[in-house]
Amino acid sequence: MSTIGYESWAVDLADVGAIYPFQGWEIPMVIAGVAFWLWWHVAQSRLEKEHMANSAKSADPKKVAEALDRY
Amino acid sequence: MDGNLNALTTIFTEFYYWVTVVFMFLIHVGFCMYEVGVSRRKNHMHTLMKNVMIIPLVTITFFFFGWWIYWAFPAFPVIGGIDFAAGKANLPWSDTMATNTSDRITGVFWAAFLLFSWTAASIVSGSVIERIRSSALWIHAILIGSVWWIIDAAWGWSATGWMVQKLGYHDAYASGVIHAIAGGYALGILLVLGPRIGKFAPDGTPRDIPPHNPWMVTIGLFMIYTGFWGFYAACNIPLISPEGIGGEITGTVWTATNIYLAPTTLGAITFNFLMSLSGGLMATYIISKGDPFWTFSGGLAGIIGASAGNDLYHPIQALLVGAIVPVIAYKLHYYVERRFKIDDAVGAVAVHGYSGFLGVVIAGFILWGAPSSPYEGFATINPLGQFIGAVIMFFGLGFIPAYVVAKIQMARGTLRIPLEIELQGLDFTDNLIYEEAVAEITAAHHEQLNAGT
Repeated sequence: MSTIGYESWAVDLADVGAIYPFQGWEIPMVIAGVAFWLWWHVAQSRLEKEHMANSAKSADPKKVAEALDRY
Repeated sequence: MDGNLNALTTIFTEFYYWVTVVFMFLIHVGFCMYEVGVSRRKNHMHTLMKNVMIIPLVTITFFFFGWWIYWAFPAFPVIGGIDFAAGKANLPWSDTMATNTSDRITGVFWAAFLLFSWTAASIVSGSVIERIRSSALWIHAILIGSVWWIIDAAWGWSATGWMVQKLGYHDAYASGVIHAIAGGYALGILLVLGPRIGKFAPDGTPRDIPPHNPWMVTIGLFMIYTGFWGFYAACNIPLISPEGIGGEITGTVWTATNIYLAPTTLGAITFNFLMSLSGGLMATYIISKGDPFWTFSGGLAGIIGASAGNDLYHPIQALLVGAIVPVIAYKLHYYVERRFKIDDAVGAVAVHGYSGFLGVVIAGFILWGAPSSPYEGFATINPLGQFIGAVIMFFGLGFIPAYVVAKIQMARGTLRIPLEIELQGLDFTDNLIYEEAVAEITAAHHEQLNAGT
């Protein structure tokens, strides 16, 4: 058994096409990839929200004033 | 070169490797920028020189004996002896190791491997900055660049290596043969060298030592990405006929191959390079909470994690492997830092070592049963062979030799810089000379100005 469909290279390359593993599973793989992409946006926006909340909480007015001049 | 087709193929191949070598130079430029960006101002010049001098030292030793090792050691010592016949044409006094119109490939092929050697040494260099003696690092650079990594390449990254034949070892773009070994090697030195002063609080809690210039770090890493493109291309044979391969492939269709002479395409590795980079960037952004240093390093770790199988993976497999590996490497970095008090200044052990190790092992599962070679009788790719291969790379040829040599250097007092030098900075004297020179020339100009008015 071979995940790429070939157990040896005793083949004529004229007859060979796709050689990636798990051929036939392209649609589930795309679903997994899309799920990862969408998860990333959810996770990122949660992180950003947390970051903003923490930044706002810890802002010292004196340091904020100094930051204005730093540009 | 008899015949126009042969001549065209030879010249194309010669030019192809030449271009990859030029691209790969950017890896070293990137490492230099990265290291200087991470180091503190008091250590800049020494940090830079430590890495730059890797170039000549590894180059000449790779010419003297490194390249010969690659050709002579594929079977030694597991399934045969040293192959003196194959090594002969690659000895430094061979006429093919010079200007020779009947051999246009050896020079560029040698250079492509040499640039990998620089990379292996440079990975180690970054992790030990700001406290190692340059003299000690340069010994290690020669050992990993011109001895240990090229032995592992002979064993696991050549068409006839014993690891390929017996274990079915598959590591197309060097997750193990460059990155795992270099990460393991760095860890071996770090364990003996110890952390920078102040890295750990008295209670053992690690302190962050932030890079002095994040922008330099960013550009350095982006240059490493760019050079990595060249590295990927350099790992392929660009064009070869079935007769040229001489294995089981039948018919007349020419192909690009990986280093094992098994079919792949530049298109495949272009897909997979970008998808694994993306997976690494995205996942590490989340796990590091948007830390730029780790996010960019995670992109690199994503590529490294998928590199073992990126000649064959589907792009989405490359994406997901590239996402998973850096997350594990990131977690391991902080675990090892706390548990063993390891101060890896650039995270090289994680980004290269752990990611490379994991990448080799994961490829064993995803590519299970695929042929490792176009030759008859070779083991097929399998998880156990990959795991053994990863252990050989990380521990056998990386960690252990580094640890032993570093112990000897430490015992002789030649590994670490003195405490007072570390505190005042390696560039202290140079900076004084610089400031005195500036003061002197400025005073001279003022004098001239006053005299003229």
